[in-house]
Formats: sequence, structure tokens, C-alpha cells
Amino acid sequence: MRRTAILAVVVALGAALLSGCAKDSEEPGDAAYDSGGGEGRTTITVGVFGAFGLREAGLYEEYMKLHPDIRIKQTSIQRNENYYPQLLTHLSTGSGLADIQAVEVNNIAEVTATQADRLVDLGRTEGVSKDAFLGWKWAQGTTKDGKTVGLGTDIGPQGICYRKDLFAKAGLPTDREEVGRLWTGDWNKYLETGRKYQARAPEGTSFVDSASGVLAAVTGSNEKRFYDESGEIVYKESPAVKQAWDLAAAFATERLTGRLQQFTPSWDQAMSNGAFATVSCPAWMLGHIQDKAGAAGKGKWDVAAAPRPGNWGGSFLVVPKTGDHTAEAAKLAAWLTAPEQQAKLFTERGSFPSAEAAYALPAVADAKHPYFGGAPIGKIFSRAAQDVPVQIVGPKDLIIAQNLADIGMLQVDQKGRSPEEGWDAAVKAIDNALDE
Amino acid sequence: MPEPAHGRPVAHVKDPGASGHAVDGTAPRGTDAAARRRRDRRSRRYRRDVRWSPYAFVAPFFLFFLAFGLFPLLYTGWASLHRVELTAPTDMEWVGLRNFSRLLEDEFFWNALRNTVTIGLMSTVPQLLMALGIAHLLNYRLRGSMFFRVAALTPYATSVAAATLVFVLLFGRDYGMVNWALGLVGIGDVDWQNGQWTSQLAVSTIVIWRWTGYNALIYLAAMQAVPKDLYESAALDGASPWQQFIHVTVPSLRHTILFTCVVSTIGATQLFGEPLLFSGGAGATGGADHQFQTLGLYLYEQGWVNLHLGRASAIAWAMFLILLVVGAVNWLIARRLGKSA
Repeated sequence: MRRTAILAVVVALGAALLSGCAKDSEEPGDAAYDSGGGEGRTTITVGVFGAFGLREAGLYEEYMKLHPDIRIKQTSIQRNENYYPQLLTHLSTGSGLADIQAVEVNNIAEVTATQADRLVDLGRTEGVSKDAFLGWKWAQGTTKDGKTVGLGTDIGPQGICYRKDLFAKAGLPTDREEVGRLWTGDWNKYLETGRKYQARAPEGTSFVDSASGVLAAVTGSNEKRFYDESGEIVYKESPAVKQAWDLAAAFATERLTGRLQQFTPSWDQAMSNGAFATVSCPAWMLGHIQDKAGAAGKGKWDVAAAPRPGNWGGSFLVVPKTGDHTAEAAKLAAWLTAPEQQAKLFTERGSFPSAEAAYALPAVADAKHPYFGGAPIGKIFSRAAQDVPVQIVGPKDLIIAQNLADIGMLQVDQKGRSPEEGWDAAVKAIDNALDE
Repeated sequence: MPEPAHGRPVAHVKDPGASGHAVDGTAPRGTDAAARRRRDRRSRRYRRDVRWSPYAFVAPFFLFFLAFGLFPLLYTGWASLHRVELTAPTDMEWVGLRNFSRLLEDEFFWNALRNTVTIGLMSTVPQLLMALGIAHLLNYRLRGSMFFRVAALTPYATSVAAATLVFVLLFGRDYGMVNWALGLVGIGDVDWQNGQWTSQLAVSTIVIWRWTGYNALIYLAAMQAVPKDLYESAALDGASPWQQFIHVTVPSLRHTILFTCVVSTIGATQLFGEPLLFSGGAGATGGADHQFQTLGLYLYEQGWVNLHLGRASAIAWAMFLILLVVGAVNWLIARRLGKSA
């Protein structure tokens, strides 16, 4: 009797664990699609990283309603650093791939240069119009011989998100037009505002979250960052990188930062506790702030224009050739990246369209964000997007950007190293990573 | 008590089905010869069966080992002699021992090796000592001993990811509970993640938390095999419980302790999940200064972040060789212990 009782407990525990795991690995909304699935339908899988937003914006559901014979399933890996290597291995073995895969802008140059043979040329898919996209975005997903393997989803035109309550306490203006004027045209004015803020800052708060965030924002407002036109790595001599580095380092050495590392749990905690007053805000950051700062932050945050227009992040969709339904997948990718859907993604998630044709649509042009005090984000980000310099992207952008931020600038910010020491540490790590 | 028939030829001879005819005198001679032939054939088949079926039974493991253990090992060795990138894994360029020789001057590799050793020591030593103590306590007659034994094993059953995420929050600089507790006794905020020692201490804590109970149960099992009369005679000689522990329990557990040392060393050398997740999911660098980047993490960074499969393979083999050396040292110690016993 006793043995059977123990056995029963073990089995029950095992079953609970198993079901727990199964639940963990699936996305919360999956069940809805599963139950809705009938026999004889074509299932198209989509692989993305992070909270990509396609599902959250209801786009899958809409497509399935328009095409009752299609079922869409999504898998997501939280961080692109974990997602991208897996995508590469799967591409090289030709297995384990979703029918549609997302690619981050820092990886797109490497993908178009090395993986184009394994990807479907989406430029010829029905319903895809080159003219709808921003020219530079289209070019980033196109190979030298003119195959468009990646269709742009969102881009990351930047603003500055700020806390109105903290600005008010520090004696700074709170109206978004006035705030934008504090630093128009020059990142150095952003630094000066920081000094003013810190002089009268509410206790326990800092002007900006992290020096690495400033670094990413400032490098993002330059055309030539890590590579030059001929594809040579020039970050060591690039004046844009130098300027960005010095400015971010000034934030760190003058103690204007919260000494945080972006996208870590402590950063999220600081965001929900209102521990910093500003953060560089590419359009996709709005959703993140809304998620992490939660209900308590509603009405306290607002968005102003960035000192200079820049781009940080954005993504593409690619269709691997090995899929079972490449034609259907290409059609879906084309639909998901069409201006109307990009506009919807913007309304729902704040991911800004890479399809220029979407900017005139009322969904974008008149968009206001209730969480951010009804800020006219459509206007703010459209203006930024149209002035974004056409960036040169290179295959190892991700590694360079990551080491500059997470090794070099992080040492200056969190460990109190001198900017020179931080720079040397970053260069050493990048040289090692690039095999030089 | 009936003997199980499997694998025992003796049992077969006793089988009435096989020997029934032989004792039956009325059977014709021809049939008798045929029966003997049949019996011989059967017993030959049986001997073959006895001889070879164990191999068939263990074959699945070895087939899987060949496919998923040996082949990757050899392939990794082959890849370590090449320059090969994850973007084009079939495109291999022979470089001989270049990947290994460059490890000698690779400061990131040495840093990772140093960190692996220090974190390994900081976690293994206290862990095994504590496990021994806990096992000793569990060995007493306790009310609800089953509960405590299961409780000791729960950290081991928790996933590394879940546990580490909790520890990341506990060891947070600004809102962490550890710093809050330290603040109560007047110690200022410690930046756990950024200090060389503090970060390694934090990572070690996670390892200790996870594995102490597991080792304690192994010790407990061994302790229960220690003859009770040893304790009785020790008690008669006036040994205190502590003296009994030192002079009876520990010497009797010598081989078990050695076993746990070997297993923990292997675990410490391969340490990966805890330091990876301790950075809050911020990648495989092991902190801004690589201050808690272990060999496993460096291997991952080279292979899966920087996409250099050849160099990552070389690190994997270097780790393997280090483990062989550690194993040899352990074996020498074990032999000496065996002799002195």
C-alpha cells in the first residue's frame, strides 16, 4: 500500500513537471491557434526573437481569418544573441528552421552576404513592392547581385523617453516640445541637460539609465560607424564612434547614469522604480517601457525628439528555401511587411514601419500613445525616420557594437575605469572576436 | 526461492521440458538420439545466446554513445585543426595546431581557466564539507527523515535557469535582498556582479546551493553502510559524537568522498549555466571585465557568439585534456589511499 502511494505521488509529480515544462516552452497564446486548427490546413511556422510583436498585434489572427486554410505557429527565443547562432546552424544543416525567420539589422549584412543561397528571393514575390520601403532598408536586405532575401519589418528611429515627474522635480520643463528644444541638434546639449538635472535631481535618481545606451544612440545617428563604404572595418578610427564614445564616457565619468546594463533584470527593476529620468528611445523601446514600468508608470513617461535623428535596431523577415511551404511562407512574409500591416504593428506595439508608404496612413500619421501622455509618436518618429542617415551595415556589426557596449563602456560606467582603459579592453575583445 | 532462469545454463538443464525424454526409458533409441541432437543444438544455441545477448542488451547505449558521444568528440577534434566559421561550417581550412598554440597566448583563455579554478575551489570545498555535515545529521534517527532527505534534493531538481534568475535578483546591486540584509548590519551596498571576488562568490553560492544536498545524499547512503558496532565500540571507548564522526565516519567514507571529489571537479570544470545566467542574460562575456567567465562560457562565446567553430573546438579539447589530467591526479590519490587503507 505504502509503495503504491509513493509511486502515485512520483507519477503525479512527474506528470506535473512534464506539463509544467510543456507550458513553459510554448507561448501563452499558442493554445488558441491549436484549438482553432482543423484538418488539412497548411501550418506555417514563424521563428522570432524577443517580443517581436507580430502575434501580439493580432496580425497572425487576421491573416488566418483571411486565409482559412492557413495556420500560423510562432516560436520565440528571448535574446537575439541566442537566437542568431541557432538560426545559422539550422541554415547550414537545412533543418530545424521555421518557414519564416526573423533577422536583426545587426545581422542582416552577414545573412545577405553568406546565406543568400539558402534563402528565397522575396523581391519577386507577388505583392512585394520595392517602392513601398525606405530605400536604405530595402538595400540592406538585398545581395550584391540583386536578390532581396530579407523584407524589412520595423526600423528604430529614435526619440528620448523621459519621466515628466522627475523632470519637474529637477526644475526642468516637462512639455515635450520644450524638452525637445533643450537639446535640439546636438548630443552635447543632452549632456548639459543631464548636468542641470543631476544638480537638482530627486534623491536616488539619475539622468540616464546607462552609458552604453547613450553610446548606442549616438552611434546610431551616424552614417559611417563600424564599416566604411568599401566594407573595411574602421571603427577604431571612425570619428562618429570616437564622438559617441567620448560623449557616453562623459555621462559615465560625471556620474549622470544609473550604472545599469540594458536588458538585464536590474535595468527592468530600475525602470519600474523610476530610478532614471531619460532613456534613448527607438520606437520599439516604447513597448518595452510600457511592459516593464507597468501601470505605475502610466502618465509619467513622455517622448521627445532626440538631439539628432538616428536609427537603432529594426528587423527583417527571411524565408529559408528548405521549408515545406516556401511559396505560402513568402506570401505571408510579404503580407506581414506590407505597409498596412506595418502600420498596425506600429499602432499596437510601437514598432515603427520600414515601409515609407505607411507613414501617410492615418494609423501612423495620427498615432498617439496613451501610455506616454498621448504623445504624437507617429509625427515624432516619422520625422526622425525620414532624416535618419543611410547607415552602412557590415557583417560583424553585432559583435563590434556588443563589445563596445558590454565590455568597454560597461567598464567605464560600472567599474569606474578610465575611458581609455575601457576602450582598450573593448578593442582587445573585438580583435579577439574578429580573429585579428 | 526460485532462481531466475535468464542467463543461467544450470537452470536450463533442470528444465523438465528439455530433459524429460532422457529419463523416459520407454522412448525408442532413434528418437533418443534425435532428442540428444536437438538438446545439443538447443544448448549450443543457448550458449550462443548466453554469450552474445548481453552485448545485444548493452548495444543501444554504445550505439548512442558512438553517434552522440564519440563522433562529436572526434569531429570536434578534427574541427579544432581547422579554421571554420559557423556561417559556413562545411568550409574548412587546415591550420594544424594553430588553434591550440594560440590558446597559449590567449589572455581570455587563461583568464577563463583561472576563473574556473577559483570558482571551482570556492564552490567544491565548502559544498562537500557542508554535504558531509548534513549527511551526518540526516544519519541520526529523525522524525520525518524522509522529508528532510527529499528537501535536501530539491535544489538539485530545480532547473539552473530558474534558480539562477532568482539568485540574480537576490544579488542585485540596487534592489537585491542580499544587499538589503547586509545593509541591516551596516555594510554598504556591494556590487556583486562587478567585483572579481564578489561575482565569483555569488556564482559559487548558486553552485553550492544546487549540489550540496545531492552530495549529502550520496554520503548518507555510504554512511548507512558503516557497521553499527564500530560506533558502539567507539562509544564504549568513550568517544564523543564528534570524535566518532572524525575517526569512524570519515575514514569509512574515504572512497565515497573521493568519488564526489572527482564528480564535483568534473562539474566545476564544465561550469556553464550559472555564470551564463548570472549576467542577467546579457551574453557570454561573464561580466564587463570577464570576471566570471569560465572555460565553458568562453567556449560558448567563441563558438556561438563569435562564430569561430575551430577555435571553440580547440577550447573544448583543451578542457577535455585538463579533465584527463585532473582524473589522473585523482587516480593517483585514490591509489595511495587504497594502499594506506
